[in-house]
Amino acid sequence: MTSELTRRDFLSALGGGVVVLCVVEAADAQESGRRARGGDARPQEISAWLHIGEDGMVAVYTGKAEMGQNIRTSLSQAVAEELHAPVASIRMIMADTDLVPYDMGTFGSRTTPTMAPQLRKAAAAAREALVELATSKWGVDRAAVQVADGRIIAAGRSAGLGELTGGQQLVHKIGADVTLTPAIEWKIAGHSVPKVDGRDMVTGRHRFASDVKRAGLLHGKVLRPVAFGAKLVNLDDAAAKQIPGVIVLREGEFAAVAAPDAATAERALSALKAEWKTEEGQPSDSQLFAYLKAHAEAGEDRQARGSIDQGLADADHKLSQTYTVAYIAHTPLEPRAAVAEWTGDKLTVWTGTQRPFGVREELAGAFGIPQERVRVIVPDTGSGYGGKHSGEAAIEAARLAKASGKPVKLVWTRQEEFTWGYVRPAGVIEITSGVKNDGRLTAWDFHNYNSGSSGAQITYDIPHHRILFHPSKSPLRQGSYRGLAATANHFARESHMDEIAQALHMDPLEFRLKNLKDERQRAVLLAAAEKFGWGKQKPEAGHGFGLAIGFEKGSYLAAGAEVAVEGGRPKIVRVVESFECGAVVNPDHLRNQVEGSVIMAIGGALFEQIRFENGRIVNPKLSQYRVPRFSDVPVIETVLVDRKDLAPIGAGETPIVGLAPAVANAIFQATGKRPRSLPMVV
Amino acid sequence: MPRVIELNVNGAARRVNASSERSLLSVLRDDLDLTGAKYGCGEGQCGACTVLLDGEAVRSCITPVSRAAGKRVTTIEGLEQDGRLHPLQEAFLETGAMQCGYCTPGMIMSGVSLLAKGANPNDAEIVHGMQGNICRCGTYPRIVAAVRMAGLHMKTQRRAS
Repeated sequence: MTSELTRRDFLSALGGGVVVLCVVEAADAQESGRRARGGDARPQEISAWLHIGEDGMVAVYTGKAEMGQNIRTSLSQAVAEELHAPVASIRMIMADTDLVPYDMGTFGSRTTPTMAPQLRKAAAAAREALVELATSKWGVDRAAVQVADGRIIAAGRSAGLGELTGGQQLVHKIGADVTLTPAIEWKIAGHSVPKVDGRDMVTGRHRFASDVKRAGLLHGKVLRPVAFGAKLVNLDDAAAKQIPGVIVLREGEFAAVAAPDAATAERALSALKAEWKTEEGQPSDSQLFAYLKAHAEAGEDRQARGSIDQGLADADHKLSQTYTVAYIAHTPLEPRAAVAEWTGDKLTVWTGTQRPFGVREELAGAFGIPQERVRVIVPDTGSGYGGKHSGEAAIEAARLAKASGKPVKLVWTRQEEFTWGYVRPAGVIEITSGVKNDGRLTAWDFHNYNSGSSGAQITYDIPHHRILFHPSKSPLRQGSYRGLAATANHFARESHMDEIAQALHMDPLEFRLKNLKDERQRAVLLAAAEKFGWGKQKPEAGHGFGLAIGFEKGSYLAAGAEVAVEGGRPKIVRVVESFECGAVVNPDHLRNQVEGSVIMAIGGALFEQIRFENGRIVNPKLSQYRVPRFSDVPVIETVLVDRKDLAPIGAGETPIVGLAPAVANAIFQATGKRPRSLPMVV
Repeated sequence: MPRVIELNVNGAARRVNASSERSLLSVLRDDLDLTGAKYGCGEGQCGACTVLLDGEAVRSCITPVSRAAGKRVTTIEGLEQDGRLHPLQEAFLETGAMQCGYCTPGMIMSGVSLLAKGANPNDAEIVHGMQGNICRCGTYPRIVAAVRMAGLHMKTQRRAS
């Protein structure tokens, strides 16, 4: 929503029933709710709302986007739980900038800890308002009124949730002071409700952004530079323009074509004769890690403890090691895609993105128009994994739509997605540690160059520690990714822990437990070790077992892996992963996320690597960039530690971080060789 | 340039007018608005575009439309019969074998082709048969379970009939 005026218009368009607006404190509004701007920051902002129609249908409005993490289902459950209404009566209206309140984006595993409680509060407030209404309309005692299965019931009377409003619209604003149902009493949340739109997915009916069709639609193609940094010196578009129906657009460095069908657009693109001036001497992947070290800045650790020198002086053994991680690509199966349409001076774009309001801002900026004149609609998206924060395809489609006066669809090819999207940061990690003969860690000096600080904090209890992130100059455009740097930092830390245990001839489980006080961390580690059968048996010849723990974005995990190495090729045989993210909202969907994360992690652990040379991506195809397939999948056993006494925490990212180090440690046990780079070379 | 003017899609004759070298995927999606089959890679590596030609799974992104002329084309939209889902569609729902759903139509079409060949495949046969389809969300174990479940179901049905 773009202004108070349109919001009022919208509310009146909703008609009779109950409307509940979620009001959040300005601090939370940074994330959800209208962003406070400059001097006119308001103390409270609206982050979401819901409407109960007279027919009992509940419409819930949120800026969050669905891309496979199953929040359309989990948020429906949250609302249904507090409203005491069936999940089928809930309709989620998501990620449409004209219909929903501002939201910063769907990332950082924030939907469950931040948006879900707000929606639960709105639903609980709506339920209470309806109970009050029934009390006065029916002249009954408040305590006699119950809400169950979408109906209000009292003294032999019963009415649908929206019926009692009698054509009026009741608007409630709610803040923090609403009581929520504790997880222990949940009847709908906490259970494995099936994916609410599963049937649309299995029948092919769901329309992703690339499936959107508009009357008179043209198909667009963008002329890409031959290398990063290449400048368009000359463009001969005469041959392309001769093709019937083709429009050629050239605006500075941007050149693109549009045509009535995709094949003609491709033909027109290849008919463009472009001359490029390339930038020579760009770094290649073979120099990557030296380059990152050479361009690193100093870091700062505000949570450092003690003195590293003292910790090392106290140690009986010291160990210094370096670990590296390559760039990897998100490779969402749906590449970036957008359909753009101008109606007068208003722009509408359908696109798959994690940041609908961010893309709206990008579009408004690109065309110099107010954000109110841009509408971004995000159909549930063919995955993102952190890779769809930006609106490149949206802007390109909108430029072509503006130039042609017709709606334009632009779908990136896989090669464009590999080349012109962004990648997970590569990094170099250096660890120096000190440990006593009895296995107590005394010092932990951790330096991450370029890949990021997330997941670098330790749950181990170490008297002297310092964790530094050194930003660097990245040769490739890099950005967010599922778990971001946490995978790299966990790989380095948990590998290093194993190296110390090995030096001390200590069991890796015993060594970790010796240095862990954090009860939640200990609980997941023990749960995984038990399920794995750690210490119960020795691996068969050529196999190895490995353990790792993890903590990131508030949730805890531990992983155990069995790996077989044959002819220098590791094959992951079995993975046990325990995961704790507070109270579980949907056990089956959580298992799905954990299994999916483990499988996605196999790619980065064993084979994914973006290779580049002189401003070009060397392997921008699925035939050249190997991702996990059916045959790569091990036996996966998940252990969910359900803490009903704790608030639910997001779970779409963190389960990815444990696999790589557990596998590395298993490979070491199998071969005696320690992999210290991702992807691992055995 | 030769053109394809008619396709048999999901049991019905559909008029098209497409130059013969165009991909079957683009004709299905852009000309016939059958958007269930997806573009994923354009080189037959991911299986998101899988449809059936005379019951056999093909990668429609690298199949020229001319190859489909005179054959029975089945897309995900054609599996449901009179409001009843194919047993494999049911099994995908039952096992929760999806996250974002973008690979799902291609997975189901590959699975349907596999089930039509071997009545009741075991896990190793399923993995082998589905190896050409990619799910980036990593729902592979659930997809294997769904194909196994549908295979059992279809076997039971055949026995009953």
